[in-house]
Amino acid sequence: MKSFTQVTGIAAPMDRANVDTDMIIPKNFLKSIKRTGFGKNLFDELRYLDEGLPDQDCTGRPLNKDFPLNFPRYEGAKVLLARENFGCGSSREHAPWALDDYGFRAIIAPSFADIFFNNSFKNGLLPIILSAEIVDQLFQEMYANEGYELSIDLAEQVVTTPSGETFSFEIDEFRKHCLLNGLDDIGLTLREADAIRAYEEKRQQQAPWLFGAIQPGA
Amino acid sequence: MAGKTLYDKLWDAHLVKERDDGSALIYIDRHIIHEVTTPQAFEGLRLAGRKPWRVDSILATPDHNVPTTAVERASGVQGIEDPVSRIQVQTLDDNCDEFGIVEFKINDNRQGIVHVIGPESGACLPGMTIVCGDSHTATNGALGALAHGIGTSEVEHVMATQCLVAKKMKNLLIKVDGELAPGVTPKDVVLAIIANIGTAGGTGYAMEFGGQVFRDMSMEGRMTVCNMAIEAGARAGMVAVDDTTIDYVKGRTYAPNEEQWDAAVANWKELVSDVDAEFDKVVEIDGASIKPQVSWGTSPEMVLPVDARVPDPAQEADPVKKTGIERALQYMGLTAGQNITDIAVDRVFIGSCTNSRIEDIRAAAAVAKGRQVASSVIQAMVVPGSGQVKAQAEAEGLDKILVAAGFEWREPGCSMCLAMNADKLGNGEHCASTSNRNFEGRQGYGGRTHLVSPAMAAAAAVAGHFIDVRDLTSQA
Repeated sequence: MKSFTQVTGIAAPMDRANVDTDMIIPKNFLKSIKRTGFGKNLFDELRYLDEGLPDQDCTGRPLNKDFPLNFPRYEGAKVLLARENFGCGSSREHAPWALDDYGFRAIIAPSFADIFFNNSFKNGLLPIILSAEIVDQLFQEMYANEGYELSIDLAEQVVTTPSGETFSFEIDEFRKHCLLNGLDDIGLTLREADAIRAYEEKRQQQAPWLFGAIQPGA
Repeated sequence: MAGKTLYDKLWDAHLVKERDDGSALIYIDRHIIHEVTTPQAFEGLRLAGRKPWRVDSILATPDHNVPTTAVERASGVQGIEDPVSRIQVQTLDDNCDEFGIVEFKINDNRQGIVHVIGPESGACLPGMTIVCGDSHTATNGALGALAHGIGTSEVEHVMATQCLVAKKMKNLLIKVDGELAPGVTPKDVVLAIIANIGTAGGTGYAMEFGGQVFRDMSMEGRMTVCNMAIEAGARAGMVAVDDTTIDYVKGRTYAPNEEQWDAAVANWKELVSDVDAEFDKVVEIDGASIKPQVSWGTSPEMVLPVDARVPDPAQEADPVKKTGIERALQYMGLTAGQNITDIAVDRVFIGSCTNSRIEDIRAAAAVAKGRQVASSVIQAMVVPGSGQVKAQAEAEGLDKILVAAGFEWREPGCSMCLAMNADKLGNGEHCASTSNRNFEGRQGYGGRTHLVSPAMAAAAAVAGHFIDVRDLTSQA
């Protein structure tokens, strides 16, 4: 997995509550069997004026000029500012894949939906929870200042604004450790293979009906 | 010391290892997979030279992409017209064949929507931990199981290790007591719950549905309710085990055999929250006050009783919510203060993992019987949740009733719930839909979804606009 240590970059707005993963990456694009290439279709129905198709070249498509990510001032943004309950709805991991592929490294919001929050960490994308008041302050400062950049330091757990103001955020120790070092979850879990086997043996004795019912050819 | 909640018991029974930082390894008993969220996981396994830890824990079926017309289904995978969908379904077949995973393939009569076939086949049982790369996995919590959706990286993780890295959630009890009014269904109950607590109300919680209303509810009704726990923000929803649960499970293909049955039942009877269990949050709702519900906006919390009027943003003080209402009204093409019953319906969709089981089809057919789909309705379709549901409905003659009334009778799949196949709304069309999400564009580009129960959807099809199904049936 891609590691995350420090990121400094332009902040861009997604200024509405309850942004769902259908909005982040519409279902037409879930037919891909790859993990990459979703960035051009991030927020597809908001970003373009026509209906997008999978595998389509998006360069000639009509842009929605009112959608902030199409504003030149937010070009190359790495930090997405968002509102409450970001990433709700479908469990599609294509949502963090699309945000990552577009170039975002972190999302700052007052709250996230559970599955999206979890999926983001698996892809080196950092979801940061700050209070609604602080997020609102960042939105105002970003709107007022073209080229507004935020710096994020994961080891120190702080977000720094251009004026030098800092806001600290909470993060799970285990998730922080994995992100900082770009660790593969599966490899870590397999270190516990003995514990898993021991549990499994005990479980099989207690509840044998949970094992072996589904067999090929049955 | 306080007693344990149902969720506490399920969690404790599956704890493999607790880490110092509060995260834990949880053992997964059942893994259901479909074509959309697994190709990248299988690819990950191959790249790392790994194999599934326990193949017999996995059951696969294609559902999201499969066509639902008999013609397009006739030649199986090769007959899928959309080449991108065809590759995805074919990839699932190939992966299952390669790793020896049991799959109900496209034209197997056991194929269907993942969350319908799991309980129906007995693959999903009380007391299990159940995961699937699909947020509506919570459906299985109706069995008294810990079931929730996971992302593709976690699909790969569970396949490789049989475990999930998890953190214990908080306990939320949704208590609905009293008796439901006639004509009010489980779908109305869950929509009313979401309207009450909001789409983030359950975030961070495991949600147990308790109270008389759920005790009286059928298993299929409980599945409809648990299915939409995620629409209230909760990854997992669940209902305690009782005789209804055990009667439902008995005799299903993958259920415990006779030899194991008594031990299994004794084990399952423990799967209730202790009377002295403490929940972190309790929400109480009066069941008798719930009316048939219709969603008017673009979030599942934007729901009102059918006799209400569309809200007026001018009455909303919170600026973020106010813009939300304005944007939703604009997208939905509705006017503030408009009667819900004045919203005309262009298409009707009865199906999805929320409402495609036999009781749902019966409810729709009961309303459709002897009536006709209004001429202003372009299309009204009924998509059974599985081959088994379809066969049962046909054995009861429900398909004939529906077709005589002007409904289309389709092959099983997710269909217009998320429109990954050819079944979708046109731009600007209003749909009375028994599915679970009314997000912008969910059922088709520019499509406008109104979430309702199967009976309310059938009533809207007949009337051409939303109507309290009880007003329609009392006219007869």
